[in-house]
Amino acid sequence: MTTITQGHAAQDHAHDSHGPGHGLSRWLFTTNHKDIGTLYLVFALVMLFIGGAMALIIRAELFQPGLQFVNPEFFNQMTSMHALIMVFGMIMPAFVGFANWMIPMMIGAPDMALPRLNNWSFWILPFAGTILLSTLFMEGGGPAAGWTMYPPLVLQSGNSLAFAIFAIHLLGMSSILGAINIIVTVMNMRAPGMTLLKMPMFVWTWLITAYLLILVMPVLAGGVTMLLTDRFFGTSFFQAAGGGDPVLFQHIFWFFGHPEVYIIILPSFGIISQIIPAFSRKPLFGYSSMVYATAGIAFLSCIVWAHHMFTVGMPLAGEMFFMMSTMLIAIPTAVKVFNWTATMWRGSLSFETPMLFAVAFLFLFAIGGFSGVMMAIAPVDFQYHDTYFIVAHFHYVLVPGALFAAIGGAYFWLPKWTGHMYDEKLGKIHFWLSAVSVNILFFPQHFLGLAGMPRRIPDYATQFADWNAVSSIGAFVFGFSQLMFVYIVVKCVRGGAKATAQVWDNPEGLEWTVPSPAPYHTFDEPPLVR
Amino acid sequence: MPFNTQKLARKGAQAVTALLLTAALPAHAAWNQLNLPRGVTPASRDAYDLHMLALWICTVIGVLVFAVLIYAMVMFRKSKGAVAAKFTHSTMAEVIWTTLPTLILVFLAYETAPAMIRIEDTRNSEMTIRITGYQWKWQYEYVGQNVSFFSTLAQTSNTARQLGSGEDPYQIENYLLEVDKPLVVPVGTKIRYLLTSNDVNHAWWVIDLSVKRDAIAGYINEGWFTIDKPGTYRGQCAELCGKDHGFMPIVVEALPKAEFDAWLASQQAPAT
Repeated sequence: MTTITQGHAAQDHAHDSHGPGHGLSRWLFTTNHKDIGTLYLVFALVMLFIGGAMALIIRAELFQPGLQFVNPEFFNQMTSMHALIMVFGMIMPAFVGFANWMIPMMIGAPDMALPRLNNWSFWILPFAGTILLSTLFMEGGGPAAGWTMYPPLVLQSGNSLAFAIFAIHLLGMSSILGAINIIVTVMNMRAPGMTLLKMPMFVWTWLITAYLLILVMPVLAGGVTMLLTDRFFGTSFFQAAGGGDPVLFQHIFWFFGHPEVYIIILPSFGIISQIIPAFSRKPLFGYSSMVYATAGIAFLSCIVWAHHMFTVGMPLAGEMFFMMSTMLIAIPTAVKVFNWTATMWRGSLSFETPMLFAVAFLFLFAIGGFSGVMMAIAPVDFQYHDTYFIVAHFHYVLVPGALFAAIGGAYFWLPKWTGHMYDEKLGKIHFWLSAVSVNILFFPQHFLGLAGMPRRIPDYATQFADWNAVSSIGAFVFGFSQLMFVYIVVKCVRGGAKATAQVWDNPEGLEWTVPSPAPYHTFDEPPLVR
Repeated sequence: MPFNTQKLARKGAQAVTALLLTAALPAHAAWNQLNLPRGVTPASRDAYDLHMLALWICTVIGVLVFAVLIYAMVMFRKSKGAVAAKFTHSTMAEVIWTTLPTLILVFLAYETAPAMIRIEDTRNSEMTIRITGYQWKWQYEYVGQNVSFFSTLAQTSNTARQLGSGEDPYQIENYLLEVDKPLVVPVGTKIRYLLTSNDVNHAWWVIDLSVKRDAIAGYINEGWFTIDKPGTYRGQCAELCGKDHGFMPIVVEALPKAEFDAWLASQQAPAT
């Protein structure tokens, strides 16, 4: 690859003949990794607000006991769609967007290895998202059996289930194509001298994530295809009456579902591992142990799935195995947290907005990690399972975890993308509003779960009223605070103080050697790495 | 359990959480509802003890890690003239902070295993109840006693919970946690339950008994409980089962043995 760019092929393609296209066709037909990265990020941002609006409908209904706004059928559609949209439509595309923008620049490549595939893997998404959302307006409504889609319940869905499953197939296909592209790019397009163990952590975490995606997305596709044939073509994979096994689906789903949570969190780890050293003015502590810890987490994530199923009636030996393998994940995760802490130790810290989000990530992700360890203990999980305690747990790792990492990453690289500094003062206000309200939103849900409130219920006993009200207030503050983020991003795109090439105080990485905004084409000539 | 400071622990946990959230609260928030209840069965006490053990371990580790982080954030600020050190790794530190969590987790697993074995041991039960989940009610069958009945949401709750009913949930006694006919069981008796479903998956959960098992069509799951205090214990279906998932509560009434026998006889009489 590198020899081609160094040959006269590169000379023939003068830069100005390869600028961005004009109008809509620029975005429709683009094969440029930066354009496609932007498309992914904008798509994710739109989905954040659609999924967020659903969350606010949920929290509005749960503000008080009694049903005030929606009926239970619609409430169930909201919980299911909120999760599907946020997982497949928001957080995964957001990280693919970061990968598109940053990986080629970080490894000194001119673009992604498979640019047309890249265009396709993005443009599947808006169609898939539209199909998924359109089920809400179909007869019988959207999926209402939870994002986990357990049979036999999901098989009671109307015909719209076929559309939801098709949308999931498309979203999975998009993820697989994106993952293939990332692996091929990282494996083949690194600049000379950029050995695997010199790659930035963000590239490492994405490489491992991409392998996980290719491993588990086809499993999900198989699972939902069996749902499809069970529902529409008379098979009985999961129906006991026809000799099928409803629990089999749970195994299939969680064999996908558990690695999926690491597919979401590993790129977050990568972003945090870029931000913390930059604002500590000190290299990442324990780089190689970070790489091994990431690989270790990825491996373990494939052998712990049944900890989501402790209550299905597993044999004792199964419970023991899945309890202990789950606990093992805490070790590499702890190593990561310690390494980030050690990176900050005796550094020279400053707290610009990206760093604030990264530090909040450390604290709040750790809280989600702790409740994760508690839930690994099977005899207690019988109490936690399917309560608000787990709702609090996974929202702590997904919102102040993954979402904060994504927002922090956006602030971190926005000046590189746009050439302008964002408004630091507004960024800090956005941070403090988000960080305080996210805790008001999710911390009380621990109490609700421990006191016995099941998840996925539209109405509750009056004893749960107070903490639900607190949580709902937090939800609305958090939700509306994110509008500030949109304002800050738009303001930054349209203007602002000029950003230097380095943007921050001498951060490490090839992306900081190109001008800000990054030119449409970077590294036509591969840089030499050390 | 080598961990017998539950009372202190409970108070401590409340104090910590209280401090965390004081600022954000309405005046009458439910302070007595912050933690897992200790419950009335051996399984629920096992669960509670393990929960507190894990909670305390996590709290201690959390406080230590957060203290280090906060110290670093205060002491090593660029604005205070901190100059970054150059170190990038320390094999000693990394070995220590890999080994320590491993040891703690081994300890946790070691503490957990006996409880797990106890919870799964359904031998020597004195009576068996078959529980079947339906959309959206429970059926209880006293195996070999010729007693069987359905248990559904109480009418008062069912009226009030309708969208736009205009009724105030606070005026309904045990809103959403009351049934027309509760499951009646004797105290001090090892009761085995067999759990299945007639349609979609449900889960039978009463927090004070620490029983939560899925009811799945085609499967019969089993578990057991021995209640040691007479009383009324309430729970809910814990597995999404459709539109009225939130409206199929579970009420268990635990009676002294003699009273239970009388109740059972009264139930059997009309059946013959």
